[in-house]
Amino acid sequence: MTETKTPARGADRAPIPASWDYAPAPEARDIVKIADRYGLFIGGKLVEPLSRQRYTTLDPSREEPLAEIAQAGKADVAKAVRAARDAYTKTWSKLRPSERAKYLFRIARILQERSRELAVLESLNGGKPIRESRDVDLPLAAAHFFYYAGWADKLEYAFPGRTPRPIGVAGQIIPWNFPLLMLAWKIAPALAAGNTVVLKPAETTPLTALVFCDVVRQAELPPGVVNVVTGDGRTGAELVASDGVDKIAFTGSTEVGKAIQRAVAGSGKRLTLELGGKAANIVFDDAPLDQAVEGIVNGIYFNQGHVCCAGSRLFVQESIADAVITKLKRRMSTLRVGDPLDKNTDVGAINSKTQLDKIRALVESGVAEGAEIYQPPCRLPERGYWFAPTVFTNVAQSYRIAQEEIFGPVLSVLTFRTPEEAVEKANNTPYGLSAGVWTEKGSRILAMAARLRAGVVWANTYNRFDPASPFGGYKESGFGREGGLHGLEPYLRLEPR
Amino acid sequence: MRRVQVRKTHKLFIGGAFPRSESGRTLVVEGANVARASRKDLRDAVRIARQAGAGWSGATAYNRGQVLYRLAEMMEARRGALAAACRGKDEVDRAIDRVVWYAGWADKLAQVIGSANAVAGPYFNFTVPEPTGVVGIVAPAEPALLGLVSRLAPPLVGGNTVVVIASDAHPIAAVELAECVATADVPPGVVNILTGLRGELAPWLAGHMDVAGLDLAGADGDAAELERLGAENVKRIVRGKADEQSPYEIAAFLELKTVWHPVGF
Repeated sequence: MTETKTPARGADRAPIPASWDYAPAPEARDIVKIADRYGLFIGGKLVEPLSRQRYTTLDPSREEPLAEIAQAGKADVAKAVRAARDAYTKTWSKLRPSERAKYLFRIARILQERSRELAVLESLNGGKPIRESRDVDLPLAAAHFFYYAGWADKLEYAFPGRTPRPIGVAGQIIPWNFPLLMLAWKIAPALAAGNTVVLKPAETTPLTALVFCDVVRQAELPPGVVNVVTGDGRTGAELVASDGVDKIAFTGSTEVGKAIQRAVAGSGKRLTLELGGKAANIVFDDAPLDQAVEGIVNGIYFNQGHVCCAGSRLFVQESIADAVITKLKRRMSTLRVGDPLDKNTDVGAINSKTQLDKIRALVESGVAEGAEIYQPPCRLPERGYWFAPTVFTNVAQSYRIAQEEIFGPVLSVLTFRTPEEAVEKANNTPYGLSAGVWTEKGSRILAMAARLRAGVVWANTYNRFDPASPFGGYKESGFGREGGLHGLEPYLRLEPR
Repeated sequence: MRRVQVRKTHKLFIGGAFPRSESGRTLVVEGANVARASRKDLRDAVRIARQAGAGWSGATAYNRGQVLYRLAEMMEARRGALAAACRGKDEVDRAIDRVVWYAGWADKLAQVIGSANAVAGPYFNFTVPEPTGVVGIVAPAEPALLGLVSRLAPPLVGGNTVVVIASDAHPIAAVELAECVATADVPPGVVNILTGLRGELAPWLAGHMDVAGLDLAGADGDAAELERLGAENVKRIVRGKADEQSPYEIAAFLELKTVWHPVGF
């Protein structure tokens, strides 16, 4: 767009453009070599699936196939679990903790060294903007390994009065929104604590996990310590049901989490669940509004809203509602939606057709129930899965868009008058993963933080993550923590001293 | 002249009061008529426990510690009655000492279980433990008193409110303990104790959507089914040991909350 205004001052000056458009700034994709087909990573080798079944993984921004992926069956999962058990009993549990640590440090370093390649691949396979994979996913994934590496030989200091022991083989099932980062959240603490793992990446985003297998190879990790089985929910169900698994760690939807909790009932398997959310982001009338608007945008449009802790319910104090909504709409109009590999892109592609359909259905329900929809003018690419950043005003608590997790770039705005009302409304959900509070008043921050039933509370910030910071839910958002000292506990048996 | 003893009516303990079962039913156990709680009694107890949650979790840790210590005082004063309901004085002594031990944890949990977290950025970041909510306890049969106290004290000191299904086989210890709780300044509704048939009550406790945590110490063949029912609202479920004492028993019914705030002038 290059409309020009008449120069305001001085005819000698060049005309001032009314707006500047960005030139395309695509990250080169040739740094990534994608194989035509991938096997399963079992016992340190990529092997053909016994199931002989495969499916195609896509680039969601173009709907183009990227590679053929193995659909692991029951026998494949059993084989991976046996490999993990072998590695546990024969090598990993016999290794000195300080040696275990060094393997994890190696992985952290290799992830840093290969971060550009992995960031591009993450954006290709998942649809997320390269700016996010490059600046968030990759640095945090490496940091996670670095953080837990240091714990491996210090476990006896973590739990007073207890002797920590590894559990054995952990089965880990991760989602598609932060594929490599979730892998790091799962594998790093498990290995640091002395366990071996069988990891199942999400059906739509297996590629960075498969390249991670090459990282494992480069680190010369003993075979079988990390095993990766790809496939859809059936593969996950086989892993959950496997007798050889001592612990299940799952990140994903609340619905599947409940099914897993039912499936392991009575088995004695340890379980941690990191499930859905419908976070309240609460803005008080004394908040710094421009900063809050940035936080709101980051809270819901980060990673296309494919974030379990996304600030998907915005509660604005009534007196400033109009001002906040005006600023928010103006800010939304500057969001750049498009090519995930373009370094200027703010909002990338929706991860899959299934997810796009789900978002569309919920947005339609919002319109049908009477909410007012706003989407900034933006041209969406013709191919691929796209959804414009969306905000709903005039939303009632009972609407589906205020109750259900959309997992897309869709914000519902509600209002409140008093702090008590904000707390009441914010907590009125079966979820309890995260919350945001925006106010300049310190005592109010602490009072709100204490009363919000959520595992993470961001005050005057949103969507911050760090390996040292425990993350996890209250209520139906799951149990167990990932990150920090508390993230070790799910992978240890704490025996009386 | 021989004096005729004044016997006790063994009732339920709900909301700080001692009602009979709304169903009017009783059981004969351990030589006494004991109230046989109904599903309705259980639902009432959960509702009242939930209402009591705000006050108890909002009380200062120091206050909760003192209330638990007061419970130990009341148990000490009723040693005879408690001893008659379990294996004897030794078990009572251990139960009382256990309550004192847990009482002291109330204001130390945040320091031992919480943390300040060194994140890579200009943020102040800390993690604090908070109570889970209403915890349902299926009490172990043996040791009748010590087992019950070992399961009850940890969620209580952590700030949860509890609904206990007493052991079918040894409910009298639970009734005696309820009478100690009633005089120990424990706010009404924070502890609720139901006697009756476990098989009749436990599935409704496990499936109740307002119960957030479940200790299945006293379950056996029904444990898997109760765990399955508990998944409906993602309950935190443990199968506690009847004679265990550690801060990790408390942690089983604590949520960890992490708070971030930017640092800057």
